[in-house]
Amino acid sequence: MKKYFVATVDEIPPGHRKIISIAGRSIGIFNINGEFFAIRNRCPHGGAPLCEGELSGFVHSPVPGEYTYTRKGEIIRCPWHQWEFDVKTGQSWFDPVKTRVRSYDAKVEQGCAIAESTGTKLEEGPHVAETFHVSLDKDYVVLEM
Amino acid sequence: MDDAITLEKETLGNRAKTAVIDCDVHNAVPSIQALFPYLPDRWRDYVVEHGIKSLEPNYYPRGSSLSARPDSVLPNGDPPGSDLEVLQRQVLEPWNMEYAILNCLYGVQMIHNEDWAAAMARAVNDWQIAEWLDKEPRLRASIVVASQNPEQAAEEIHRLGKHPGFVQVLLMVRSEMLYGKKHFWPIYEAAQQYGLVIGIHAGGVTGYPTMPVGWPSYYLEDYVSQSQAFQSQIVSLVCEGTFQKFPRLRVALLESGFTWMPALMWRLDKNWKGLRREIPWVDRLPSEIIREHFRLTIQPLDESPKPEHLLQTMEQMRSQDMLLFSTDYPHWHFDEKEEALPANLPPSLEKKILSENARSFYRFD
Repeated sequence: MKKYFVATVDEIPPGHRKIISIAGRSIGIFNINGEFFAIRNRCPHGGAPLCEGELSGFVHSPVPGEYTYTRKGEIIRCPWHQWEFDVKTGQSWFDPVKTRVRSYDAKVEQGCAIAESTGTKLEEGPHVAETFHVSLDKDYVVLEM
Repeated sequence: MDDAITLEKETLGNRAKTAVIDCDVHNAVPSIQALFPYLPDRWRDYVVEHGIKSLEPNYYPRGSSLSARPDSVLPNGDPPGSDLEVLQRQVLEPWNMEYAILNCLYGVQMIHNEDWAAAMARAVNDWQIAEWLDKEPRLRASIVVASQNPEQAAEEIHRLGKHPGFVQVLLMVRSEMLYGKKHFWPIYEAAQQYGLVIGIHAGGVTGYPTMPVGWPSYYLEDYVSQSQAFQSQIVSLVCEGTFQKFPRLRVALLESGFTWMPALMWRLDKNWKGLRREIPWVDRLPSEIIREHFRLTIQPLDESPKPEHLLQTMEQMRSQDMLLFSTDYPHWHFDEKEEALPANLPPSLEKKILSENARSFYRFD
């Protein structure tokens, strides 16, 4: 398990996303109400850039004509065939066990904590310069994969 | 000589060592006068004073070879299927029938006056009780309803829902509106309450073109395109959430054909995955809903030159429980009894189609 330094927290405001390339993989980082989540930018169905799709809520219904709309901004729809995936888990809605996109742990760490950590080896993320110039007073999104 | 006798007794029912349940037999109203004893004076006089001769819908024109087996034509000129004794001799006895379900095709659904239509439907049903159900215990029937007004139709279902002779409510596939619309909920609510199957049969109202892009020129086109209407109704019933609203509702498709079903299931399933947000009440694959709630009668059979294709169709539907035996008497689809069912079916499957699927679906016994 390696840690990748992928963004500063203020780069991805709530409701926004950033798509990065890391270790040969395209990955989407999402800020959902201040929490960060990461999934592979590749739909398991046809290989489309999943993370470029529409972010929306989850709509379900107990009976025709009644709509329950929850989890706004947590469901991404593939731009090609509109399959829905849960950004928090990578699971598809219609087949959560078999049809899922790889998800990664995304954490927020303080610059000072990163600077002080000795046992954790930081790998180069997309922002090479920043990787090696950690600001002590900033928060960073760190991917473990 | 001995061989001939053996062959004579070798009915399909004997071959499969099971009784047969025929899910589509047509009893015909012999003449509009036959309904007079069951019509209130107001409507009896209305029919006479307006010179109305018949509501026979002419789905099967008399001159068409499909319309009637030659031996079902009655010498007195009454329509085929209008004589109980002939029907007993030609359907119930040769087939070793345990039950036969009557679907009376009489054009009450085509009448624009809702009140008159409802009165005619009531008369047809009372005539069915007196002339068919009371006289022959192997017969069951469908409640004829004037679906133009679903509230009135539901009243008729409430009137007859507990009668043991009625097992189904009859709707015509070519309707004024798609059957998934909430407009029809009163009919489904009543049917579910009494455990009645909704039977959707070929035919229907004449107001709209019978093909989705316009009127065809020929009877052949009209006849073949019935299956398009069936597909439209399945799509509507599933997508509108009918079976989420009425989870115990069952639908039998009568004279629908069935070989098109796998393609429809595949297409619905595939597109539901991406478009299901529009119909969030459909919370599982449409094909699963179809397998649970729909059954289809076997005649008229869309017959491939290769009989094994029919087995493949069933495999593709992923169900051996969906097909119901039917003769579609008196309409003429086959000559020999054995031709009513695809050849070379495995005996267990043959038994399911001949009776077990219907027994479970219609809750016989």
